[in-house]
Formats: sequence, C-alpha cells, structure tokens
Amino acid sequence: MPEQTLVDVEAVSFSYGRRPILKGISMKVPRGKVVAIMGVSGSGKTTLLRVIGGQLHPSSGRVSVAGQSVADLDDEGLYRLRRRMSMLFQFGALFTDMTVFENVAFPLREHTRLPETMIRDLVLMKLEAVGLRGLARLKPAELSGGMARRVALARAVVLDPMLVMYDEPFAGLDPIALAVIGQLIRKLNDALGATSIVVTHDVFESLQIVDYLYFIADGVIVGEGTPDEVRRSEHPYLRQFVQGVSDGPVPFHYPAAPWAQDVGLAGGGAHA
Amino acid sequence: MLDVRKPLMRMGHNVVSGVWRVGSMARFFGLVLASSGTSFNRFRLVMREVYFTGVLSLIIIIVSGLFVGMVLGLQGFQTLQRYGATESIGVLVALSLVRELGPVVAALLFASRAGSAITAEIGLMKTTEQLTAMDMMAVSPMARVIAPRFWAGIISMPILSLLFSAMGVFGGYVVGVVLIGVDNGAFWSQMQAAVDFRYDVLNGLVKSFVFGIAVTVIATFEGYDAPATAEGVSGATTRTVVTSALVILALDLVLTAFMLRADH
Amino acid sequence: MERTTIDLWFGAFVTAGFVALLVLALRVGNLGAERATETYRVEARFDNIGGLKVRGPVRSAGVLVGRVADIHFDNERFQARVTLALDARYTFPKDTTASILTSGLLGETYVGLDAGGDDKKLVAGDRITITQSAVVLEKLIGQFLFSKAQEDPPRK
Repeated sequence: MPEQTLVDVEAVSFSYGRRPILKGISMKVPRGKVVAIMGVSGSGKTTLLRVIGGQLHPSSGRVSVAGQSVADLDDEGLYRLRRRMSMLFQFGALFTDMTVFENVAFPLREHTRLPETMIRDLVLMKLEAVGLRGLARLKPAELSGGMARRVALARAVVLDPMLVMYDEPFAGLDPIALAVIGQLIRKLNDALGATSIVVTHDVFESLQIVDYLYFIADGVIVGEGTPDEVRRSEHPYLRQFVQGVSDGPVPFHYPAAPWAQDVGLAGGGAHA
Repeated sequence: MLDVRKPLMRMGHNVVSGVWRVGSMARFFGLVLASSGTSFNRFRLVMREVYFTGVLSLIIIIVSGLFVGMVLGLQGFQTLQRYGATESIGVLVALSLVRELGPVVAALLFASRAGSAITAEIGLMKTTEQLTAMDMMAVSPMARVIAPRFWAGIISMPILSLLFSAMGVFGGYVVGVVLIGVDNGAFWSQMQAAVDFRYDVLNGLVKSFVFGIAVTVIATFEGYDAPATAEGVSGATTRTVVTSALVILALDLVLTAFMLRADH
Repeated sequence: MERTTIDLWFGAFVTAGFVALLVLALRVGNLGAERATETYRVEARFDNIGGLKVRGPVRSAGVLVGRVADIHFDNERFQARVTLALDARYTFPKDTTASILTSGLLGETYVGLDAGGDDKKLVAGDRITITQSAVVLEKLIGQFLFSKAQEDPPRK
C-alpha cells in the first residue's frame, strides 16, 4: 500500500504579535504512523499543534489535513473536521464537574444520538482499553496525573478518530506511568488505524514508540529521521538533545542585553 | 514635567482600554445570543445551571431578605412614630422592597454569590484548557458552557428578587406586627392600598430581569476573558463583583427614572 | 439519578418564584382586592383636588369603599372631574358630600364621602353635587396670618 500523507504542513509561519514562533516549517505525517515533534520548551511545538488543529491561523503557509486546508474552513467545516481528529492536552483537560464515565461519554453524547446502553458499552470498552474501567464513577480530582492522562486518552479515542494529537503526553509523569502512556499511544494508534502526532521533549520514550521524528528549535526544523537514524546521527543538535547536555547549539542563556548593561555599569541607562 | 505626563497617560490608557472592554463585552453578548440554540434544544443544560446559580443562592437571598425587611420595619417604626403613622410601616417596608431593595440587593447578592462563582468556574475551565479541549472536540464552549449559564442567570435573578421581596415583607411583618404590635389589619390593608401590582411589583420584576442580564453577561465575559493564570482568575472574579455592583446601581438609576416618568 | 434531582430542584425553585409573585400580587399588592369586588362609577367635580392621584383611596367613615378611577380637567368649567369607582357592596344617598382630605398632616390624599339623608341612592353614572375641595396649606396659613394682622392693630 502506497504511503499516503494525512497531515501536510507547507512552509508554515506564525507569530504572536511581533514575536515569531514558527518560521517556515514543512513536514508530512503519513497515514497510520506515529510521528513525534521534538524540541525544547518554548521552541514552538505546541503552537504547531494548534495550527494543525485549526485553533491558530498561520500567518503564511498552509496546513492540510486529509486534503482539506485547515485555515480556509469555516466554523462548521472546521467542526466537521475536528470530529474526526482529537487532541490530548498536557494535563488531560478533563471536565472537572463530570465523572470519569461522563467525561469519556461526552463526545458521544454531543455528536451522536446513540442509545444510553450503547454509550455505556462504548465508554466502558475504551476505559477498559486504558485499564481504568474500575474508576468510572470517580471525579477527575480524585485521579493521579497518570490516570487522568489515561482517561483523557480514552476520551480522545472514543469516537475512533483518524488523527490523534498529543500535547506533551509524558510531562510530569513517573517512569512507570510514562511507559504506560507511551505503550498506549502506540497500541491505540495501531488498533484504531489512526495517525498520531506526539509533541514532546522526552526523547527516550519517543524513540521507542514512534515511526519518525522531527526536531524543532527556534521555530525551524533542525533535524528529522527515523528512530534509528536519530540514534546514529552525528548532527550536533540531535546529539545534544539525545544525550541531554546543558549547553550546545541550544544555548543555556536566553538572548539578553550584555550582562554589564543590565547591572547598570554601562553608564547612562539608569533612567531609561 | 515627566511626573505630570505619566499619570495623564495612564488615565488615558485606562479610558481607552475601558471602552475597548465595553466593546468586546457587547460583541460577546451578541455571540452568546447567537449560540443560544443549544440551550433551548437541551434545556436540561440550563436547568442544571439554574440549580447552581439559583437554588444554591436561595439561602443567602432568603436570610438577607428577612433581615433587610426586619431592619426596615425597625427603622420605619422609629421614624413613623413621630408622625403617629405607625400603621404605614407595612407600606414603607413593602414599597421599599418591591420597588428598590428587592431587585437591587438581590442582584448585588446574586453577583457576589453566583456571578463570582460563574467567573471563577469558567476562568478555571479556561486555565485548565477544558474550554480549548471542548473546542477541539468540535463542541462550541459558547453554546455548551457560556449560553446555558447566561440563560440560567436570566431565569434565576427575577425569581430570587421576588423571593427576597416576599421574605422582606414577612420580616417587616414579624417586626411590625408580632414584635412591636402594630395592628395586623391596618398593616396589610394600608400595604395593599399603596402597593400597585403593575406599577410596583411588575416594574421591580423588570428591573431584576435587566440586572440578571447585566450580571450574567459580566460574569461569563470576565470568566471567558480571564488570563489563564491563578492571578488572572482571581482578578477576573473581583472584577465581576465590582463591575456588576456599579452596573446594577447605574442601571437602577436609569430604570427608576424611566419608570417614574412612565408612572405619571 | 442526578438528573431527576436537578429536575426536582428546578421545579421547586420556579414554583417558589411563582408563589412569591402570587404573594406579592395578592397579599402585598392590590390585585386580589381589585378582582374580588364589583364596582360602580360616579363622578364628582372639585375646584381643587390637591395631591389626589389616580388609584387613590375613597373612604367613608374611614373605611376604604372605592378608588379614584380617573381624573380629568374640565376645560369648560375649569374644574377637576374625578371619577370614583365605588365598591358595589356599599350604597350611598344621592346627597352625599365628597371632600378631598389628607390623612394626617403629611399623609396621602384621599376622597372622603359623608352620607346625607336622601332616600334615593347613588347609582352608576350619577354625579355627586356637593363637594369640598382640598385645603391648600399655603392658602390656609396665608389667611390665618391675614386675619391675625387685622385683629391686632399695630401698636404705637
């Protein structure tokens, strides 16, 4: 079967006010694959995810999902597209006023007219898939971070989406919960025949589960490759990232005025 | 020279951003109305919010109404005694409550009890990305979260105001008739002679309806507009209470002027 | 489970609102009293009605017997034409006197009816011919001062 492109990002730029976040990013996400977007915090990965989801409009360039240009869709078209894709937020974003069961049932209740018994079966099935069927009656506040993320995962896949986007799924988890989420992302992707985009800075976990990686720094793509290529790469940025060195192409210091000027030794600037 | 210019610039900045806010609030109000379809198709969403904004405000409304009525009774008695018109105590209590205090005080209480809760809840939903998540699930937060709260507020406010007034009259009765010993018949008959259903009761109801719109628009807007931080939400909650109070009192002046004019 | 309790609360809340409205309308306001009684209308002309208002009370011997239904200015006689809606339970002789009175010094203005001795009763559309206008406080004080000034000739 020829490899089809599901998400096509072409030369996308985006800025918040005058601060450029993305500077001409291009990438392709093939159907059925799990693709990671890696980068340090503040490199623009989450922004890229929001542009793909249609929450932010690129200042130039084009994003198309399943052949539709996201930025050109009207509200209704965008909502129709979003019914087939879902996003897992960093801290789950579970609705705090509903039980776990109602959270997972939410997309079904909003978008389908299924009878209550069928909703029940579907929800329990998805909860079983993430191993938390026993927690259906609890409120999100009673869950640990890892569990909340798994519930959110169940909610994200309850409508069997074609595309699932993960925003920092590993952030703030203990090693076991982290491995569980990683395995779930891979398993659910293959079981549902979906396509996944994982935005993360956790290079070790991603290398184990994804098919392809893109590295972003300062709004541009600095490297890409399959996990094997990345491991073998001699590229200084990839090496710094994979090995976790504090200074390198990614500087330790955020660009600032010279030290002496900030302390007021440069003279004349005290009343500025 | 610099010292004079800075406060002036800050003042100008505040005025401009204030006008800006009024504009965005008006646009927000239009958006809420436009996304209200869901609220009526699935009225249970509104009923749920009526429970949270209205039913849970009952205690404070009932207790405050009772106290305000009793205080009015005591104060009124003190003053009316000088003119030998203590039977008019019922008139005084009922007219003050039905025309002014019922709608206004109930709205102020509603703003601080339910309005602040609405702002905090929506602000927190925004901070924890629940609204974004909903939007990404192709469910409009405007239709699913904001509009039901807005309509619930509009339904709750007049009911709370009526209950406040009724409890206040009862409080006035307790003080005037039961404690002080004003004649029961005179108390009620004077009241009935002076309080007109259309001019007094219905006008008060119109007021509380308008206040309900104002408070819920402010509360939902502040929550929706809150910066996604802890300080952002707490600041928005404070603004809801302060802005609501000012708007309620200003609107009350305008409405009262209109109603007295229409009266005669 | 949760859904039915919400329904119950909503119902109870709205019902409480209606009850409060009913109490304010019937017990506190005048809606109950108005509806319960039939009225008949009679007319009276006054030179001055003072602070009398539409819906003001009409009393006889201190008892509320009706309300002011309408106030007009009669441009031919230059008088106030006041229509009274009287409770059908009460009848008054034809030669009843209507006066504009004030309860207390600063109280509300009302129409007082003093029954005469006629055998015939007032019926709807009749006119009360004997009327007494409002006492204008300023005039009264003016008259009082004037008469005082006349009584006491200035001493040298």
